[in-house]
Amino acid sequence: MAVTSMIGARIQRREDPRLVTGHGTYIDDITRPHMVHMAVVRSPYAHAAIRSIDVSRARSAPGVVAALTAADFRTVLSGAVPVTNSFVADKKQVPDQFFIAEGEVAYQGEPVAVVVAGDRYAAADAAQLVHVDYEPLPAVMDLEKAMAPGAALVKRDRPDNIGWDTVFAGGDIDAAFAEAEVTVKERITQQRLFPVPMEGRGCIAEFDEYDNHLTIWTSTQVPHFIRLFVGGGMGLAESQVRVISHDVGGGFGSKLRPYPEEYLACGASKLLSRPVKWIEERSENLVATTHGRGQIFDVEVAAKRDGTLLGLRFTQILDIGAYHGVFSAFQAVACLIAGGCYGWKAVNGRSIGVFTNRTSTDPYRGAGRPEGTHLCERAVDLMARELGMDPVEIRRKNFVHDFPHPNNFGLVYDSGDYDKTLNRALEIADYQGLRRRQQEMRAQGRYLGIGLCTYVEICGLGPSGPTAAAAGVALVESSTVRVHPTGSVTVNVGTHAHGQGHDTTFAQIVADGLGVPYESVDIRHGDTADTPFGYGTYGSRSLAVGGISILKSCQKVVEKARRLAAHVFEAAEEDIVHERGSYHVKGSPDNAKTIGELAFAAHGAGLPEGMEHGLEAVTYFDPPNFVWPFGAHICVVEVDQHTGAVEVQRYIAVDDCGNVINPMIVDGQIHGGIAQGLSQALFEEVRYDDESGQLLTGTFLDYLVPTIAEMPHFETDRTVTPSPTNELGVKGIGEAGTIAASAAVINAVVDALSPFGVRHVEMPARPDRILELIHNGGGDGHNPGAGREVTA
Amino acid sequence: MIPAPFDYVTAATVDEAVGHLQRFGDDAKLIAGGQSLVPLMRLRLAQPSALVDISRMRGADAITREDGHLSVGAGVHHADIERSPAVRDALPLLAAVAHEVGDNQVRNLGTMGGVIAHGDAAGDYCALALMLDAEIVTSKRRHAASGFFKDVFTTALEPDEVVTAVRFPVATGAHAYQKFRRRLFDWAIAGVMVQRTEAGWRVGYVNLGPTAVRGAGVEQALAQGAAPAEAARRATQGLEPRDDVRATAAYKRHLATVLTQRALESAA
Amino acid sequence: MKRTIKVTVNGASREDEVEPRLLLVHYLRETLGLTGTHVGCDTSQCGACTVHLDGRAVKSCSLFAVQVDGRAITTIEGLATDGMHALQQGFWDEHGLQCGFCTPGFIMAAAQLLADNPRPTDAEIVKGLEGNLCRCTGYENIMRAVRSAAAATAAQAAPAAAPATVGG
Repeated sequence: MAVTSMIGARIQRREDPRLVTGHGTYIDDITRPHMVHMAVVRSPYAHAAIRSIDVSRARSAPGVVAALTAADFRTVLSGAVPVTNSFVADKKQVPDQFFIAEGEVAYQGEPVAVVVAGDRYAAADAAQLVHVDYEPLPAVMDLEKAMAPGAALVKRDRPDNIGWDTVFAGGDIDAAFAEAEVTVKERITQQRLFPVPMEGRGCIAEFDEYDNHLTIWTSTQVPHFIRLFVGGGMGLAESQVRVISHDVGGGFGSKLRPYPEEYLACGASKLLSRPVKWIEERSENLVATTHGRGQIFDVEVAAKRDGTLLGLRFTQILDIGAYHGVFSAFQAVACLIAGGCYGWKAVNGRSIGVFTNRTSTDPYRGAGRPEGTHLCERAVDLMARELGMDPVEIRRKNFVHDFPHPNNFGLVYDSGDYDKTLNRALEIADYQGLRRRQQEMRAQGRYLGIGLCTYVEICGLGPSGPTAAAAGVALVESSTVRVHPTGSVTVNVGTHAHGQGHDTTFAQIVADGLGVPYESVDIRHGDTADTPFGYGTYGSRSLAVGGISILKSCQKVVEKARRLAAHVFEAAEEDIVHERGSYHVKGSPDNAKTIGELAFAAHGAGLPEGMEHGLEAVTYFDPPNFVWPFGAHICVVEVDQHTGAVEVQRYIAVDDCGNVINPMIVDGQIHGGIAQGLSQALFEEVRYDDESGQLLTGTFLDYLVPTIAEMPHFETDRTVTPSPTNELGVKGIGEAGTIAASAAVINAVVDALSPFGVRHVEMPARPDRILELIHNGGGDGHNPGAGREVTA
Repeated sequence: MIPAPFDYVTAATVDEAVGHLQRFGDDAKLIAGGQSLVPLMRLRLAQPSALVDISRMRGADAITREDGHLSVGAGVHHADIERSPAVRDALPLLAAVAHEVGDNQVRNLGTMGGVIAHGDAAGDYCALALMLDAEIVTSKRRHAASGFFKDVFTTALEPDEVVTAVRFPVATGAHAYQKFRRRLFDWAIAGVMVQRTEAGWRVGYVNLGPTAVRGAGVEQALAQGAAPAEAARRATQGLEPRDDVRATAAYKRHLATVLTQRALESAA
Repeated sequence: MKRTIKVTVNGASREDEVEPRLLLVHYLRETLGLTGTHVGCDTSQCGACTVHLDGRAVKSCSLFAVQVDGRAITTIEGLATDGMHALQQGFWDEHGLQCGFCTPGFIMAAAQLLADNPRPTDAEIVKGLEGNLCRCTGYENIMRAVRSAAAATAAQAAPAAAPATVGG
């Protein structure tokens, strides 16, 4: 499509004036008449039987309206938390998770009772008065022990602790290894992470008993999912349920599913005939909201001596937590993309999902792709080191060059130019200069490390064709574009932003798509009452799927406007010329009608026979393929050999997400994405006590979300390789930074420590861990200090 | 999270504060900045029956210098300590330490008295008071810092005793504070402060034992003319750090040595 | 038992009965309806609740409303006296926010920084914002936003003077 004024423009976000002045509407900013507050009583144990629950003291405490347990909720709620196929259709077991514990708790933080009171202070007081008689049971915390026959069980009624065990075979892996001249093995762990949106979750449920109608205000990425599933749990049809989500204070994947508390608030509202508000405290958020990652990979890579990569074979052991996440198996996508941007004879990944007595894991920014990329980029570096090759050279030698490129699993990379992003990144970094500096510094006893990550990611979830068999859903996206009688435009979309700036970028698309002033376009999302069914915002999909849906709706509107113009000008349709929202007959540009004038005509009398009134269109867009952004990141660190501290000195990111709608927003997504990947590499880890299953990092004191002081300046640039998958040539950018960063940082840390014989460093690269590697790392060529931890 | 209910009174004078403490008994707590206490109350790890607010207690906000001592009122905020010309003149290390306490907002509310009375081994001022033989001035007496910090979060204060000021000896010689943490606003995983005085080097350790610890071994070595690296080898003497979620005791002990050498070298 | 407090909030005098345990942030949000101040944690790390108490940045989740009796509070809603404050403009111009939840706290922390030190270096900006967490931006554009606000304020204060030197 032609380059026009709004697409590609760096314009300020229209969302921001209300947000910077304190006038946003986040979930806790909303109140309803006669509203009451719900506090959730949670299990302090990782695993215990519930002998009894006594709510009598809580019930009679001042200000308390009700104290409810599973038996109460069974009268108004049915079913279980949904579990989707998500690449693993043949799960070994899918245990039901009712929304509140019945007889047994299986993770610290599992809801056991709720207290509803007139205000949140009274609710908090009364929650302390609920007495639960627990019989502690053994906590299953170690993934490998949990897999063993006869292992203690996460819940007593389960046959074992295995959720799935699936092999993804991309080619003949044995043949690839048979050709190998060199093989390298490693264990690579992905520690558990808290997603940590700055706003926790929360909701208000308001059940109207007279109309049998339910309204849910909630902080979510997926309003339509919530309506579908939570409404279903209440026995209501979608038409009886409205979900409203205003400003959402971040999600990162942790708000893309219905949660027990949403069901419980709805159930409580029905039981009490009052609006019920629940706001998640941070200490609750860290146990009650799903976690990310939590995986162990055992990796083996095969190559020829000249650096030609042959085979990549690995096992992914994934910590599901106590119950399946709604999309827990999605993280098995790591297997499908672990080959990265290289050509392999075969890639073979076995994914085993294992239950433990922990909070469920579910997607967290990147969801399977950071894990697959980290594994691939570490494996390639390990091989380069084994062969004595420069990490740049082994990458260049094995890059895929011809597009579209079907990978070993038949997924088709749509476009790419991997050398281009790598070369640009090397140029910005002055790679050769850095290598010289590294040598000079080593001579002075200082340890500089340079780490690369060249990645390709699968995003734009998702086309129904390639995903139908595996994922079981068609993640299409929807829009309506409606031109009002005097020409302003309302666009209703099924996606729902939580910081991505859709109000701005989508309006940019519409301004160009219809040729109308940007200011005349209003984007509406987050309210199921006025938006078409949409799958929501995650997986870097909102532009590449939702945005294209909007463009297609605009095209339909333009077509109708052309027919209207033909009617108004009494000309043939093919003689109508459309230029930026203005329509005229070929050869008579001075006599033109704006889209507003045509819209007015479309709402008035005298339309031709057969033409409907109005000027609007609906599109459900099912893309023909995923989109495949790629890039090259380079991280430069210095490791203090005396303390083990890592200082990130530079971070260079050259990304290619195809055409760009708003470069400012793209850069912002890259920055934030890198920050989260870098933070995984160096700071964050969820830790539990191995025996008791008690969470050890239950506040921000102990869970290290970095401050401004720990983040380097990000040197960003981009190349533009348009996607052939869609008309805008766009890809996605929400997760790219996170997907690339952990590998770039860890490769840099390993590079810095290579003089000590260190070949792998687990995440996070804590100073104490690094110091231990410095003292012991060179021993047997393996990594005794870091590489054999068994819990993820 | 929501704190449990409590009674609340303000004290305009030290006597009033003492009176309130006596009246409310053991469950009462003093609150000044509240930067350690309020988070504990929100998590309901602390549930005092009453708070006696001494944030406006008269005389507690003064910084004065007399007789070779710098007296910092218990109610002086960290932010005021770091900016105070009197502190910078009389004990620049204290200003440097104050600059590293908590974060900007915490420094605006948290106080000298709060840190000292809390007696946290990770409380930055405790090590400084200890190594300089400061005096903790209370409603009852003057405590030598050397006998004040008894055990984990335990001081010599009696239940109805109120810290009013801390008297540090003036020291303007070479000094340094090495505070090792993962994030800028974190408590120290390990911290070392050094101050050259007329009587020789003084060395203090943060979060390397149940209380703040004085680096007697290092001080002695330095007095005997040891170079920083050599003196630092005695850093772990008397340290009893504990394993915690941030680091192992062994790592903290190692840090003590590294940071001692660095502090001495950067101060010299 | 409740106590009466008199406070000035965003320039207006208020007198309210509050329970001693009412956190200042809940007083602002729920008693006064000033919902621009947010709660992001319960251990006073995140800084989303930052307001000014007599001109100093404090975390309103770690103060009780009774403690601020007789004092003046400024919240994000009261920061600008005319249109947008330079920092609000700076965050807007430089894309210093994404989800926006932490933003009011950052702006209030930065406002004290610039009031004390109108031309901060990058290191001083870092130190001024160390008590606030953001999960969206990686802080890159927050740094730019504060630099931009400092430059704009300096230019306004001395229109004829040479451009202010702000951190690189």
